Amino acid sequence: MVESRSEAPLDMVQMMVNMGPQHPSTHGVFRMVLGIDGERVVSVDPHIGYLHRGSEKLCEGELYTQIVTLFDRMDYLSNFNNELAFCMAVEKLMALQVPERAEYIRVIMCELNRIASHLMFFGTMGLDTGAITPVLYAFRDRERVQSLFEAVSGARMMHNYIRVGGVKEDLPEDFRQRMAKLMPQLKQGIEEGDRLLSFSEIFLARNKGIGVIDGKTAISYGMSGPALRASGVPMDVRKDEPYSVYNRFDFGIPIGEKGDCWDRYYVRIEEMRQSLRIVEQAMAQMPDGPISTPVRGVLRPPRGEAYARAENPRGEIGVYLVSDGSDKPYRVKVRPPSFCNLVALKYLLRDCYVADCVVILGSLDVVLGEVDR
Amino acid sequence: MSLGDGIRMIAGILGLFLGLTIVVLSLTWLERKFLGRIQMRMGPMRVGPYGLLQAVADAVKLVAKEDIMPGRVDRVVYWMAPLVVFIPSFMVWVTIPFARDLVVRNLEMGLLYIIAFSVLSIVGLVTAGWSSANKYAVLGGFRAAAQLVSYEIPIILAVLGVAMLSQSMNLVKVVEDQATVPYFLVQPLGVFLFLLAGLAEVGRTPFDIHQAESEVVGGPFVEYSGAHWAVFFLAEYINTFTIAALMVLLFLGGWLLPGLPGDVAGVGFLVFGVKTYLVVLVIFWLRGTYPRLRIDQLMSLGWKVLVPLAFVNVVTTGMYLFYGWPAWSLTLMSVAILAVTFWTIGRRMRTTPKPEYTVKLYVPTTEVPHAG
Repeated sequence: MVESRSEAPLDMVQMMVNMGPQHPSTHGVFRMVLGIDGERVVSVDPHIGYLHRGSEKLCEGELYTQIVTLFDRMDYLSNFNNELAFCMAVEKLMALQVPERAEYIRVIMCELNRIASHLMFFGTMGLDTGAITPVLYAFRDRERVQSLFEAVSGARMMHNYIRVGGVKEDLPEDFRQRMAKLMPQLKQGIEEGDRLLSFSEIFLARNKGIGVIDGKTAISYGMSGPALRASGVPMDVRKDEPYSVYNRFDFGIPIGEKGDCWDRYYVRIEEMRQSLRIVEQAMAQMPDGPISTPVRGVLRPPRGEAYARAENPRGEIGVYLVSDGSDKPYRVKVRPPSFCNLVALKYLLRDCYVADCVVILGSLDVVLGEVDR
Repeated sequence: MSLGDGIRMIAGILGLFLGLTIVVLSLTWLERKFLGRIQMRMGPMRVGPYGLLQAVADAVKLVAKEDIMPGRVDRVVYWMAPLVVFIPSFMVWVTIPFARDLVVRNLEMGLLYIIAFSVLSIVGLVTAGWSSANKYAVLGGFRAAAQLVSYEIPIILAVLGVAMLSQSMNLVKVVEDQATVPYFLVQPLGVFLFLLAGLAEVGRTPFDIHQAESEVVGGPFVEYSGAHWAVFFLAEYINTFTIAALMVLLFLGGWLLPGLPGDVAGVGFLVFGVKTYLVVLVIFWLRGTYPRLRIDQLMSLGWKVLVPLAFVNVVTTGMYLFYGWPAWSLTLMSVAILAVTFWTIGRRMRTTPKPEYTVKLYVPTTEVPHAG
């Protein structure tokens, strides 16, 4: 990146452009200091930390039941998945057995959350490339999922629904009717969006061959989730190390070929279809029964440590938990997928145009709340 | 010039100004409504019936807003830029006829005048970007310069094709020459070139590169606010309307419609208005559908596709005129060239056949191949 500067003729001046932290397409408060030569990006200097709230440290001062809400606020687009990762870590520590029904509810909620999150990605990807309609298609369907979440948990985001040992309360009575209505709508919505944007010639021209990263490099940067799978690495925690009841479902893992922006985009579209399959199967298999293991009001896990990993919409989330036997954890460390994917940004942004920066950042689909914690 | 002529001139210009303002207000409302329908929303509904007064409310808001001037701007240039953009886009309308006799001043070299004046607004965009002392504005201004200058050439050549057909640069004569067969049937290639280059000229999707919201945050206009921004806005919509109107006059038969007495001023005005608004709707429709091209892709489209095609258009038209072939031969040539172009571009853009575009589904068996 720096080398190409010496090749430039003497009278060329490199311009530094501060993209962010307040820029419409930095997806939150991310800042890139771009060195540009005309429209070409010569150097990139990413800055993070504008949304740092010290979540990990805050966790040390809260009761175990309260920490779930902090996890809601990390990746605010996939709250259920985050809650699940933390609860699994505590359950591992306490060796709790979660009732079957609760597991199924968790899976359904997480997969719907994955769809909602990917729909958001689909919309913002459209915006980043300059198409203004996809985002409204996406939000129509996301809204339907959100209102189901509201019916189930009482909140549209920040649900605090998945608790240690199970879930907060049973599903609403009309849940099956709601799902019977929602599933075809989602299916149709995804196909509509796919037809609108995915194969548009301009969209292809903007995304094909942009921000290429091969599987080996992606692994070396610690990428995970759809961003890694787009490079052809079939890695998915749901398959590799099935948690909850994921081993009971039949679903595929979409993988890309080239690892460019378009692959990262289309892997997510395909993932939504697979998530729908999982939800369908889970709805069919869901047993009746208790929704939570009885636990004490104030949790005091035994001394020790636990690590739980789960597949978030953005990649693999890891929660490392150390307990000293008291009612508050000694240390909570999160391995956030967004942060680890963002590390590869500098590699992806080599030799591209200003307009590509936006698309490449968008294709990584980072949530800054999780990057900074 | 007698006093009567002078009064008529001033009245005409004032009328034009009023008319264009109304057109812009209606266009903003129409765009929001139409995009709303495309995007499954209602569009503005609150102000007035069907939100009809929304445009007025917006205008009042913009004029009443504080005009912010950033600290390090080049003051004179900064205040001048909106006018430099607006005046040419308004001046062009002096010679655009709404109906056969409804024109402020019909010029014998009308087309030349329009082309010459519309180029001037580039200066305004560049100076706006430069004087704002904002890097995004500078980027946007340079993008505008590159884009607009490049697309002047195909648009001029497309207009030249029409001028050759009608043997005149007088817009009234151009329209009257289309009384039997409108030029879009004779010269489909010309329509295609004019629409694409015209979209790029006014910076609308998929060519809204110089003001790309997600990249350069509004480009040259990023620092402007209040009334000055409103002037840019006005100019942009007038330009859109100009391109649509020129499209109608040059290719779609202007105020003429088979079966209607287009020569009667009232009828002609109505026909012209309906046609123009339909073309504007097509432009809005494109905006609701397509993503944006990148600047290098835009430039290669302009120089590698549109400019050569525009020359081919002029040459085929010349051959048709020189040898006195029947009109359908030109149509045939145009369509053939268009077909070849689309086919080639389609092939170039799809470097691989479609099935390879879909991602594979990996269903692991027992072993996980990546293993670390």
